[in-house]
Amino acid sequence: MNLLRLAWGSLLNRRFAVILTICTIALSIGLLVLVEQMRAEVRQGFYRSVSGTDLIVGARTAPVQLLLYSVFGIGDATNNISFQTYQELSELREVAWAVPMALGDSHRGFRVVGTSAAFFEHFQYGNRQPLRVADGQVFADLFEVVVGHQVARQLGYSVGDQIVLAHGTGRVSLQQHDDHPFTISGILAPTATPVDQQLFVSLAAHQAIHIGWETGMQRPGAAIDPDQARARAETLRPQSITSVLLGLTSRAAVFGLQRRVNDYRAEALTAVMPGITLQELWRITGLAEQILRVVAGLVVLAGLLGMLTVLLTTLNERRREMAILRANGARPVQIAGLLVFEAGLIAAAGIAVGLLLALGVQFLAAPWLLANFGVHVGVSLPALAVWQVLGGIWLAGIVVALVPALLAYRRTLADGMQIRT
Amino acid sequence: MSETLLHVQDLTFTWPGDDKPVLVLPELKLDCGEKLFLFGPSGSGKSTLLALIGGLIRPGQGSIRFKDTDLGRLSGPGRDRFRAEHLGVIFQQFNLLPWLDVRANVALPCRFSRARARRAGPVQAAAERLLQGMDLDRSLWSRRADELSVGQQQRVAAARALIGQPALVLADEPTSALDSDRRSQFLDLLFGQAEAAGSSLLFVSHDRELASRFDRQLDLAEINQGGVVA
Repeated sequence: MNLLRLAWGSLLNRRFAVILTICTIALSIGLLVLVEQMRAEVRQGFYRSVSGTDLIVGARTAPVQLLLYSVFGIGDATNNISFQTYQELSELREVAWAVPMALGDSHRGFRVVGTSAAFFEHFQYGNRQPLRVADGQVFADLFEVVVGHQVARQLGYSVGDQIVLAHGTGRVSLQQHDDHPFTISGILAPTATPVDQQLFVSLAAHQAIHIGWETGMQRPGAAIDPDQARARAETLRPQSITSVLLGLTSRAAVFGLQRRVNDYRAEALTAVMPGITLQELWRITGLAEQILRVVAGLVVLAGLLGMLTVLLTTLNERRREMAILRANGARPVQIAGLLVFEAGLIAAAGIAVGLLLALGVQFLAAPWLLANFGVHVGVSLPALAVWQVLGGIWLAGIVVALVPALLAYRRTLADGMQIRT
Repeated sequence: MSETLLHVQDLTFTWPGDDKPVLVLPELKLDCGEKLFLFGPSGSGKSTLLALIGGLIRPGQGSIRFKDTDLGRLSGPGRDRFRAEHLGVIFQQFNLLPWLDVRANVALPCRFSRARARRAGPVQAAAERLLQGMDLDRSLWSRRADELSVGQQQRVAAARALIGQPALVLADEPTSALDSDRRSQFLDLLFGQAEAAGSSLLFVSHDRELASRFDRQLDLAEINQGGVVA
């Protein structure tokens, strides 16, 4: 329609103010969408990392803590459980499989997990998918290591490369297990879970490189050489491990087994159900999320008020424009309509740019989140609820514009045909 | 004797909040094709009269008739439509939308009235014909309006007032920003084009020097019996 082209021309004429207004709204919308998207995606990312595990058992500790350090590599264990306990657990009638995890070593910032072949067989992620070795095979020799997808990609490793593990989990480690270099036997296919950021060796290897390290430092001359270690491989086993992942024969057995583990006589243990523990984690983070939401909401409000301010201040400058339009036959309603149309356009543009901004940040932040927190964040379209909120904000923008529109309406009536400047 | 175009009778208007009427006008007549000079010093009620004739405000009492149409009986939107269709307006200054080019400014009234666009024929061509008639150089036609000098802008405004052959052109001191040579040149062009369009002209000014060039002149201060505010 003709009038809309007039509105468009007027907007272009004031493009700097208009673009700034759009930016203000876009930033606020971006923040709002980002908070929502991240919340949803982070939760999704956590869930997909533990989808196949029924119980996680570790030393007595807070459930959330156990979950975070054993699966996501966030924080460290304060206590271990004995190897004997692991064996007893794996022999229980309800237990279909048990995967031991011995943590404490790292390789250039990536965690090294001492585990058994059962890990590759039974661990499931996402939609109950099993792990797949993309290249090479699962470790066979004592000094072989399987690396996650991201580890291989970021460090440029391929099957057959030799690497040295470091003692401790810091990114920069001064104490290297350089007397026992490992050969990469396999590289896992990407999973978009913390597995991608980890390296896997056998429990025996985990033990072998720690002979002589009982005090936390290497005792000179106490280490065994690789060939000696290989000869003893059958009998090498750690005294203790960090945690055990359990898969049960029937889900119904989970609660009973969890109670029994928690009451375990020989040792103080904690068994957690990953899903329920994540719920607990969300309860803890929920308050922060609410605060973020409120802040984002307030920022959106500030954005809309910014638009109102711009519309009101330009109203004075545009008084002449409106008198000209009116003298040439525009109705007051049309002039008010121009303002509402303008606001609708600005709000819509702000929302669109804000959405793109949020998705862009999400896209850029995803690798960092994966590397630092082992959480996979996908770039997905917002949920229906987010669209509804955005629609509401757009309508709010239009409602806000009714204020200057009403003023313009009354003013054009009062100004008559005079040009006031 | 030609037909009467505009007939104002017993018109009174009081602004809301004022206790005395600003305008009490027993009679004002304008014939079709006539060029009337209305001498109106500031405070004589000329702005009010123009707003009334332009249909922007509704008369308190009395009638404003264009041929068979009584403006006072039309609704607000009805008066807006009437203005878009039958009137052209030239202000003292700042007539143009700065972000539109000259041609689009001239065509502006055709955006608000289909009847007027129809009368204009092909709008672009009509606008160009008028711009040529107002002696505006072709090179200016696609410039932004605010790049023109004041004199050029006033001629564009005259072309816009005349597009689509309105019955009446209301001119509110259109020459007061021009020097005397330009003023006379502007009047020549305006008269020529108004005659070509068959439009009557109601020209309000406080500059009596121009009066002699019109068909007829009136002093608003004399015919207005309302309380004049200084």
